[in-house]
Amino acid sequence: MKPLSGVSAPSPGLRREPLWMRIHVDPWLLLLILILAGAAGFVLYSASSKSLSMLYRQSAHYAIGLAVMLFIAQVKPRFMERWVPVAYVGSSLLLLAVLVVGTEAKGAQRWLSIPGVITFQPSEIMKLVMPMSVAWYLGRREMPPRFKHVAVCLTIIMVPVVLILKQPDLGTTLLIAASGIFGLLLAGLRWRYILGALVMLVPGAVAMWFFVMHAYQKQRVLTLLNPESDPLGAGWNIIQSKAAIGSGGVYGKGWLQGTQSHLDFLPEGHTDFIIAVLAEEFGLVGVSLLMLVYLLIIARGLYITHHAQEAFSKLLAGSVTLTFFVYVFVNIGMVSGLLPVVGVPLPLISYGGTSLITLLAGFGILMSVHTHRKWMIHG
Amino acid sequence: MAKPIRIKDHLNEAGIVQRRIILATVVIVLLSGVLLARMFWLQVVQYEHHATLSENNRVHVQPIPPARGRIYDRNGVVLAENRPSFSLNITRERVPDLETTVALLQSLLELDDEDINQLHRRLGQRRRPFEAVPVMFNLTEDQIARIAVNQFRLPGIEVQASFVRHYPRAEHFAHAVGYVGRINEREMETIDRVAYAGTHYIGKTGVERFYEHLLHGKVGYEEVETNARGRVLRVLKRTEPESGRDLTLHLDSRLQAVAEEALGNRRGAVVAIEPKTGGVLAYVSQPSFNPNLFVTGISHADYGELRDSIDQPLFNRVVRGLYPPGSTIKQIVALAGLDYGVTTRTARVYDPGFYQLPNNSHKYRNWNRYGDGWVDMELAMARSNDTYFYDLAHKLGIDRMHEFMTKFGLGTRVSLDIFEESAGLMPSREWKRASRRQPWYPGETLITGIGQGYMLSTPLQLAHSTALIANRGVWKRPRLLADADGQGPDESDTPENVVLRNPSDWDFIIRTMEMVMHGERGTARSAAAGAPYRMAGKTGTAQVVAIAQGARYDSAALRERHRDHALFVGFAPVDDPQIAVAVMVENGESGGRVAAPVGRMLFDAWLLPEPEPEPEPESIEEEVTP
Repeated sequence: MKPLSGVSAPSPGLRREPLWMRIHVDPWLLLLILILAGAAGFVLYSASSKSLSMLYRQSAHYAIGLAVMLFIAQVKPRFMERWVPVAYVGSSLLLLAVLVVGTEAKGAQRWLSIPGVITFQPSEIMKLVMPMSVAWYLGRREMPPRFKHVAVCLTIIMVPVVLILKQPDLGTTLLIAASGIFGLLLAGLRWRYILGALVMLVPGAVAMWFFVMHAYQKQRVLTLLNPESDPLGAGWNIIQSKAAIGSGGVYGKGWLQGTQSHLDFLPEGHTDFIIAVLAEEFGLVGVSLLMLVYLLIIARGLYITHHAQEAFSKLLAGSVTLTFFVYVFVNIGMVSGLLPVVGVPLPLISYGGTSLITLLAGFGILMSVHTHRKWMIHG
Repeated sequence: MAKPIRIKDHLNEAGIVQRRIILATVVIVLLSGVLLARMFWLQVVQYEHHATLSENNRVHVQPIPPARGRIYDRNGVVLAENRPSFSLNITRERVPDLETTVALLQSLLELDDEDINQLHRRLGQRRRPFEAVPVMFNLTEDQIARIAVNQFRLPGIEVQASFVRHYPRAEHFAHAVGYVGRINEREMETIDRVAYAGTHYIGKTGVERFYEHLLHGKVGYEEVETNARGRVLRVLKRTEPESGRDLTLHLDSRLQAVAEEALGNRRGAVVAIEPKTGGVLAYVSQPSFNPNLFVTGISHADYGELRDSIDQPLFNRVVRGLYPPGSTIKQIVALAGLDYGVTTRTARVYDPGFYQLPNNSHKYRNWNRYGDGWVDMELAMARSNDTYFYDLAHKLGIDRMHEFMTKFGLGTRVSLDIFEESAGLMPSREWKRASRRQPWYPGETLITGIGQGYMLSTPLQLAHSTALIANRGVWKRPRLLADADGQGPDESDTPENVVLRNPSDWDFIIRTMEMVMHGERGTARSAAAGAPYRMAGKTGTAQVVAIAQGARYDSAALRERHRDHALFVGFAPVDDPQIAVAVMVENGESGGRVAAPVGRMLFDAWLLPEPEPEPEPESIEEEVTP
């Protein structure tokens, strides 16, 4: 047996690994991401009223994000696994620090700033650390997890979730909680627990409403139940984005031809609500194509999950992939008026560096999982 | 027993994950189907609807401002209402060329440059996209017609009927009720923009300001479809606004009119309080101004005239006017003397016309320089003898006077709901050390005992301290609001009642105040003459502290303005107090001759049977018939 450490050199006697494996890149994922990057450029240019500087900045974000992705792809899953506990404790402490000394903006305290050095959102790091932590814990225990392990797992999930909820950041909380829960579900969480949790959800939601949620978050939930109830305030976005989407029709009004989005009717048209611009200008066809690319990315992610060889890698790859779908579903759902407005960007399309880099880092994890397998042929 | 050894079954585990992946795939496909179905619904099924709305941005959410609550006096007389008015609105986005349009408006409506400047100022304020901004108000029929005829040349311009605040009693309640005005930039920062969408006015002073939250109401809105020129074609959905609450105040228009008439042309303030409820019955600050001028924006000329007037009509003398209370606080000093036991009801002091501190040659003079001889407390009150109170103040000391008089609300904000009330000043050693870095001198204690020196109070505070004596120490904070749809003002922080060690001291002090009105030597005996009921009171005069700097007055007027202020406080009837008043007449000189008769007229108006409704025609009849 060869030792597992070190760069996985081709074993003598086995077939030589293809180039992609050696540079640890998954060509399919890379291709799909680049397609979306191109599409994002077109939509962003239109949504930002032809702002080239915004386009340049987003390109820079993409360059950084792709570099991070390629770097993470080089890191072995075994190495990640070893450092998970440290990463978990470290990023939880950073989240705590945000609440104590964080920088406040727009009524929420999300940023940690070391003056002159760096300003960042620890919650973004947690987006990567959370699925790893759950995979690390469950990967070394029997599946399906026993009650005790489920309880420990939920604690692992709850600590950062509560800290981020306090910032407050509903969108990120949702994504991080989902990534942890997906780990549990993939590990074969028994149906009786799942059903039990669903039953518990009702009193839980009531408690959240009264003790945890901020007034503006409650307002968002109320607006969800009846978005048109507050058309001057919270419902304004939804009314306008629905009109933008609907007026696109099947083929759309054409690139740069959208009217709703160009007259400042659509707030945040280049960030969270960018799908409305896309839908207005490229119609149902454009939206369907976008969904197709997303589904192909998810399919590739699930394929990688299926072929992952260790429990840790499997659970990690699976929850990263499923969380990606949560981005897509929640964003499109909220802009089209199906879900509350919780501040989740449209992955790989919305303007903004922070979440883009985190998302690409997630794809780096998938690539790492897929290309660091021991090359073996069954049978 | 040893634990069973658990061995990871990799093949089985891979199977578990695989089954879950398949399940996830199914869920993802289903949820993606939901998203696509939603898009199909919006983009194909509802396409016509959305396309129509979107074309030329035809769907608009228009706020419908709520009707502001009206304000009534205690008898239902309207003090503030809303009147329909036509305004000229501009929607900036629909005006292709603003310069041309404004020039056209100027020639059509014959506007001068001042009007145009005002128009540009109003147009410059913050708004949401495609929001129509009212730039001219109270359009005449003629102006409306000219705009209608030229409508085709004026895209983005519309005439809108809206409600504008109106104060039918004009200057009579300007200081009490206050007024609304256009929301300014600073207020924009603090208000809830959504709640005020479509509302252009906000309470600026008085009741309008204090009860803004009750008066405003809840905004409504409508989703409308408009044509490209901004004309509303169709209302898609409408949610009615909720009107603000109507407020009923304790004020009585009739009593207010009597008080104003009693003051005549003099400058001054009159406050009347119902002791049992604390309700403010009359609230006069004279001269006053017409609040209707402020509603849609006062012109520079009008405002300059009000602001620069030597009579200061904008100055709210009732709660902002700080005057030395003079002798009108002597009854409180006397009560303090009794309660602390430094004197008795019958102890006498000899008044040679002045008072001297031991080992000090300075003479503190009585107002009657010949002296009143031997005086006890009752006579000292009736004659307003200063020497007696110098002596009493000296025995009490400033610390005890400060403690006791603060319990009567002096130096504190006494009202429940009156905007911008001043706290006045009840001096103390600590105050002087902190504000002047000087020790307290004994002579300052003496003049504090007759309400002079540093001490400053508002007419409202004086009326309240008098009502407190009428109530025998029971606090009822003065308030304007009687009822707002079953809700009264919040009374949660009423100060503690004043409890005397010997409660019969209340009756005694009220009797001394009765002597001021009805005693043989009482300073206000002429004002009380012939009344069918008993009243209690106290007169006072206060030295004028300073006159506004930098103003140009002729010397006769200046001399007039250096005269003492005349003061009177009192309540009636003595056995069942119904009304307590404070009267302050600027430069009125004599509390007994000038201020007390005003108090008497209020007492009569409130206590005696109302005269026939229309006395003027009646008096004419009397002259005509033999």
